[in-house]
Amino acid sequence: MESTSEALFGISEQRLTKMRRYRKLKDQVAARLISVGGISVIFAICLIFFYLLYEVLPLFLPASIKQTHSLDQYTLSQPYFSVVEEQGQVGLAVTAAAGPVFYRVADGQTLLTPELPTATAITAFAKDSPGSRAYALGLADGSVLIQKPEYKIQYGDSPLDKTVVPRIEYPLGTTPIQVLNGEPITQLAYRESDDLVRIVAADSAGHLFLKDFAKTESFLSDEVQLEEQTTLKLPQPSGALTNILLSLDQRWLFLVEAKGKVEVLDLRNPVAEMRVHIANVVENGTEITVSDFLLGGFSLLIGDSKGRISQWFITQDETNQTVLTNVRTLTLKDGVAVTALQTEHRRKGFIAGDAQGYIGLFNTTADRRVARKQVADSPIQWIAMAPRGDLAIVNSEQGGPVSYHLDNEHPDVSWSSLWSKVWYERYDEPSFTWQSSSASNDFEPKFSLMPLTFGTLKAAFYAMLVAVPLAICGAIYTAYFMAPALRTKVKPAIELMEAMPTVILGFLAGLWLAPLIEANLAGVTAILLLTPLFCLIAAFSWSRLPRDISTRVPDGYVPVILIPVVVLAGVISMWLSEPMELAFFGGSMRDWVSNDLGIDFDQRNSVVVGLAMGFAVIPTIFSITEDAIFAVPKGLTQGSLALGATPWQTLVRVVLPTASPGIFSALMIGLGRAVGETMIVLMATGNTPIMDMNIFEGMRTLSANIAVEMPEAEVNSTHFRILFLSGLVLFIFTFLVNTTAEVVRQRLREKYGSL
Amino acid sequence: MNSIKLWFRKGEPWVWLNAGAVAISVVMVVGLLLLVAVRGLSHFWPHTIIEATYTEPEGGSYTVIGEISDEEWVAASRVRSAGVDIPEDVRVVQRVLIKTGNRDITGLDFRWLLEENLTDVHTPEQVMVVERREWGNFYGYLQAVKEDGQVVASGEQALPALEQRLERALDLHDEIKEIEQGRIGSINYELEQLRLRERRLELNGELDAAAQQNLKAERAALDDRYQALKSELDQLYQAIARDSMVATAMNGEEKEIPLKLVVQYKQPNNMSFFAKVGDYFHQLWLFLSDEPREANTEGGVFPAIFGTVLMVILMSVIVTPFGVVAAVYLREYAKQGPLTRTIRVAVNNLAGVPSIVYGVFGLGFFVYFLGGSLDALFYPEAAPAPVFGTPGLLWASITLALLTLPVVIVATEEGLTRIPKSLREGSLALGATKFETITKVILPMSSPAMMTGLILAIARAAGEVAPLMLVGVVKLAPTLPLDGNFPYLHLERKFMHLGFHIYDVGFQSPNVEAARPLVYATAALLVVVIVVLNLTAIMIRNRLREKYRSLEN
Repeated sequence: MESTSEALFGISEQRLTKMRRYRKLKDQVAARLISVGGISVIFAICLIFFYLLYEVLPLFLPASIKQTHSLDQYTLSQPYFSVVEEQGQVGLAVTAAAGPVFYRVADGQTLLTPELPTATAITAFAKDSPGSRAYALGLADGSVLIQKPEYKIQYGDSPLDKTVVPRIEYPLGTTPIQVLNGEPITQLAYRESDDLVRIVAADSAGHLFLKDFAKTESFLSDEVQLEEQTTLKLPQPSGALTNILLSLDQRWLFLVEAKGKVEVLDLRNPVAEMRVHIANVVENGTEITVSDFLLGGFSLLIGDSKGRISQWFITQDETNQTVLTNVRTLTLKDGVAVTALQTEHRRKGFIAGDAQGYIGLFNTTADRRVARKQVADSPIQWIAMAPRGDLAIVNSEQGGPVSYHLDNEHPDVSWSSLWSKVWYERYDEPSFTWQSSSASNDFEPKFSLMPLTFGTLKAAFYAMLVAVPLAICGAIYTAYFMAPALRTKVKPAIELMEAMPTVILGFLAGLWLAPLIEANLAGVTAILLLTPLFCLIAAFSWSRLPRDISTRVPDGYVPVILIPVVVLAGVISMWLSEPMELAFFGGSMRDWVSNDLGIDFDQRNSVVVGLAMGFAVIPTIFSITEDAIFAVPKGLTQGSLALGATPWQTLVRVVLPTASPGIFSALMIGLGRAVGETMIVLMATGNTPIMDMNIFEGMRTLSANIAVEMPEAEVNSTHFRILFLSGLVLFIFTFLVNTTAEVVRQRLREKYGSL
Repeated sequence: MNSIKLWFRKGEPWVWLNAGAVAISVVMVVGLLLLVAVRGLSHFWPHTIIEATYTEPEGGSYTVIGEISDEEWVAASRVRSAGVDIPEDVRVVQRVLIKTGNRDITGLDFRWLLEENLTDVHTPEQVMVVERREWGNFYGYLQAVKEDGQVVASGEQALPALEQRLERALDLHDEIKEIEQGRIGSINYELEQLRLRERRLELNGELDAAAQQNLKAERAALDDRYQALKSELDQLYQAIARDSMVATAMNGEEKEIPLKLVVQYKQPNNMSFFAKVGDYFHQLWLFLSDEPREANTEGGVFPAIFGTVLMVILMSVIVTPFGVVAAVYLREYAKQGPLTRTIRVAVNNLAGVPSIVYGVFGLGFFVYFLGGSLDALFYPEAAPAPVFGTPGLLWASITLALLTLPVVIVATEEGLTRIPKSLREGSLALGATKFETITKVILPMSSPAMMTGLILAIARAAGEVAPLMLVGVVKLAPTLPLDGNFPYLHLERKFMHLGFHIYDVGFQSPNVEAARPLVYATAALLVVVIVVLNLTAIMIRNRLREKYRSLEN
C-alpha cells in the first residue's frame, strides 16, 4: 500500500499522515474559533447591558460614613459655627470666647487665633451663604463685625505637596458696624448682595432692628464704602427667639421661636404689614432644636426634639396668600432629639446629629436619608463639613471631635426623585420636571425621567398612529392581492424607504414639513379625509366601468391606478387649503387653533414627528407583516376559496388570524424603532420636556435628551450617570420588545414548518 | 342601491383601501426622493438675478437686486402682525423671498417682499454675483479694477482685467493655503511630537543634557524652516493684497472688494444655456471638492465626504470578519437548539437596540474606559490632554461596526442558507474537511451575499448620526484624519460626517436661511449615495437568488 500513495500523490505515507493530522488540527482549531466568534454575539449584547448597568449602579449604592481619625489636640469650647476648607486640611471654629480659631484637621491642634480689632465680647453669630464664606459677629456693644476666612495654598516640591495657610479678612473693613444702640446683640441675621448689606439684630428685650447699607466699591482700591440707608424697628415677635434667618434674596425674615413657631416677615412690605404668616412647624409637645437654611438660602430646615428634620419654604396658596409650607419631613432616629445640623455647600443636602450619637446624611430633593451611623454614645454637639461634602468633623459630648470620610457621590437620586412627583424649591406644588443644569451655583437639579419617558411614548404613539394603518394595509395588499411582477418592484421601493437616513427625514420634517403644515393646516387636514375618500370613489367608479376597459388592467395592479388618485387628492387638498383657511378659519387655521380653540401650537409639533417618524417606521412594520402574510401556507387560502369564500373573507377569516403572531411581532419591532429613534425627534420637535398629550405641541424624548445633553455632562457626575440610566431604560425596553417579537416569530416559524 | 351593498359585501372597497395604502407609501418614497433631488440639485444652477423697484407699504421705494429664492401666499393677518401695513379688505398676500446678499452693506441678506409692490422687474445682463470668502455673496455692477489702489481698468475693459487678475489671486491663495496647512501644519505637528518626546524622556528620567541638546537642535532646525516659510508667506500675502475690484451695490454704494476675498464671480443673466450647464457641473465639482467656509454655510463638503468614507472603510474592515464568522457558526457549525435560538435573539436585539444607546455605550466603554486605559498605559506624556480617551475616528468606527454587525450576519446567513446541500456533501465526500469545505466552496459561493451585507452595513453607517455625535464627529475638524505626517492615519482624530453636517448646518448654524440650499445639496448627495448602495445590494441579492434557484433545479 505504501507504494500506492507514493505512486498516486508523489508523497510518502509518512508525510501524508502528517498532513492529514495538520488538516485535522486546522479543522478543529477553526471550529473552536468560529464557535467563539458565533457566541461572541451574545457576549456583545451582554457587554452593552452590563456596561450600562455598571455605569448606572453607583447611583443606587448607599453612601458610607467611615471614621478616619480623632482630633486629639482640639481644645476649643462649643463653637457657633465650624467649617473645613476645600482641601480638608484646616478647620475654622467661631467661638464666643476667642472668635475665629483655625485648627489642623489632622490632629486638632490650633494653627492660628487671629487677633480681633476690638476687645468687646462676642454675643451673637450669623453666616452668609457657603459660597461667600463670610459671616457676622454680633458684639456686646450692639455692633457687628463682618469676617471672612481666606485660604492660600502653598505648593511644596510636588504638586501633591500642598499646605493651606489660613487668614481672616475683613471685607467691609475692621471697624465694627453699629446696629443697636449700645445694647448687646442676642440674635443676628446677615446677608450681603452685590450692592446691599442687610443686617437684622435682636436685643435682649427681643426687639428687632433692621439696617441696610448700600455698598459702593471705590475704583482705585478694593475697599468697600458702606452708606447707611434705612433703619427699621421690625414688628415685635410673639415669643422668645431661638434663631433669626434672612433669606438669600434678603426679602424674607424667619423668626424661629422656642415654642415651635416660625414667623415669616416680608421685608418688602411696610412695617405694619410685614408679618405675613405664622407657622407651627412642630407638633405639640415638641421643641425646635436646630434651624438653618438649606443651600440656596430659600428653604428652612427645622430639626426637633423627636428626631425629625422638616423642610419648609414660602409658597403661594390658592388664595395667593404667602404661606410657609412643609415640603417634606425626614427622620434621623425616631424620638431622639436632633442636636446638630450642618448643610452641604454644593448640594441640597445636610448632615445631622442627635442626642444618642447618631449622625445621618440626608438629601432633600431625593427625599431620603442617604446614610446613618451611630458614632458616639453621647449627644452630638457640632458638625463641621468640607465644601466637597466628603469630610465631616463630628464632635460628641464625651468623644470629642472625630473626622469622618463621607462617600456620598449621588445623594440626589432615588427611585422617587426619578419617577414620582417631587416638590422642588420655588415650585408651588410637586411636579415632574427635567432640568439638568443652570447657570447658578445653588441650583437644584431636577432629574425626573417621567417627562422624558412620557415624551418618548407620545412620539412613538403618534408615529404608530401614522405607520400602523399604512404599513399593515399596504402589507396585506402586497402579500395577498398584488401581482407578482409588481410585487418585485414595490418591495424594494419600500425597503429603500427603510434605508433612508433618519437625519434626512428629521431635517425635512423640521425645515420643510413643519413650516408647510403650519401654513397649510387646513390642507393637511383635508388630505387625511380626502385621500381615503378619493380611493373609495375611484374604486366605485372602476367597478362601474365597462368590462372591456376595466379588464385591460390586470388583477393586482390597483395601486398603479391609485397613484394618480392619491397625488390628485394631495394636490386638491393643498390647492383648497388657502380658500378653506379663508372661508372657515379667518385666514389662518393655525391662529384659529391657538386663539379660538385655546390650544397651544408649536411649529415643530407631534403631527410633524408622527408623520416623519411614521415614515421611518412604515418599512419596518411593512416588510415583517408582508413576510408573515406571504408565508401563510397556500393550502389554507385555496381551501377557503374553494369553499366559496370571497378573497376578502378568506383574508379576514383565514389569512390574518394565521399571520397574526407575525403581525404582532412586526408591531413590536416597529414600536421598538419608534421609541429609540433619535435624529427625527431631535430635529422635528422643540425638545421641551413637557407632559402634555396635545398633538400641536412637541416633546423631549429619552433618546433626544441623551443626544442633547451627553456631550455637556461632566464625566461620572450624577447627570452623566442618569443619562446612562436613560440609555439603559431604552435598552431594556427595546430588549423586551424585540425578544418578545423574536420568540413569537420563532414559534410561528415552527408552526408553519409543520403545516 | 343593492349593487353598492353587494359591492361592499364583496369587500371590494377594503381591498381598494389597502391598495391605497401601498399607493400612498410609494408616493411618499418617490415624493421624498424627488423633493430632495430637486431642491438639492437645483442649488448649483446659476440663478437669474433680477433688478426691480420695491415700494415699501409705508411709502418710500428702493432698488432691489437679487435672486428669488422662495414664493408663498400668506394670510394678511400674519403679515400685519409683523408690522406691515396692509389694507383691511386684503386677506391673502403673495410674498417673495429675495436673496440680496451684500450682508456687509445692508445687514441682512434675505428679505421677504410683497409681490405686488415689486415693479419694473428686469434682468440686466451686466449684473454680477461675486462669491466672497467673507460676508457671503455680493450682487451689483462691476465698475473698475484697481491695483495698489490705482484704477487700471474700468468700463468695458474691467471684466477681462478682473478675469485675469482673479486667476492670479486664486493661484496665490492656493499657494498660501498649501504653505499654511501643508508645510507649516506639518512643522507644528513635528514640534508637538518633539514636546511629547521631551515629556516622555522626562517621565522616564532619561532627560539628560545630551538628550536636551538633541531636542534643542531639532527644535532650532524646525524653527529655521518655519522662519523661511514665514517670510515666503509674508511675500505672498503682500502679493495677493495687490488687486481689488470696485462695484456698485443695489443702494448705489460703491464697494471695493479685495480680490483675495473673491472665490468666483459670474454674470448669470449673460450666460448661454450651455455656459450655464458648464457652470452647473463646475459648481457641483466645487461642492464635492472644496472645504466649507463661513461656519459651514458656504463652500463644499469635501472633509465630510472624506471623513464618512474613511470611517466606513475602517468599520467594514472590523465588521466583515466578525459578521461572517458569526453567520458561518450559526449556519454551518451550531446545532439548531436553545443556543442558536439565543444567538438569534441576541442578533435581533443588536439590530433593535436604538442607535443612541450604541453611542452611549461607545462613549462610556470605548472612549472613557478603553481609551482612558490606553492613554494611561501608552501615552503618559500627553497627559492631561487625552489621546485615545476622547471621541475619535477609531471609536466611531468600532461603535458603528457593532451597530451594523447584525446586518452583515443576517445577509451572510441568508446567502449560506441558499447554497444547496449537495455542494457541501460533494466537497465532504471528496475528503475535504469541514473547514476546507467552508473556505474553499461555501464562502466563495456566498461572497455576493456577504457583499450585500457589507453594502447594506455601509449604507446604514453612512446615514447614522445619533451615535456618532457622541463618539467622534465634530462640526469642523481642523485637520483630516489622513495626512502626510507619520503615521499618516490618525485614528485618534475627530472627523466630519455628511449626516452630522446636515444636522449641524440645518439646525445649529447662525444663518439657517443662507445655509438651507447647501443642506439640501448635502442631503441629496447622501441620499444618492445610499440609494445607489442599496440598489446595488438588492441587485446582487436578486441575481444570487436566481443563480441558486437554477442550481437547485
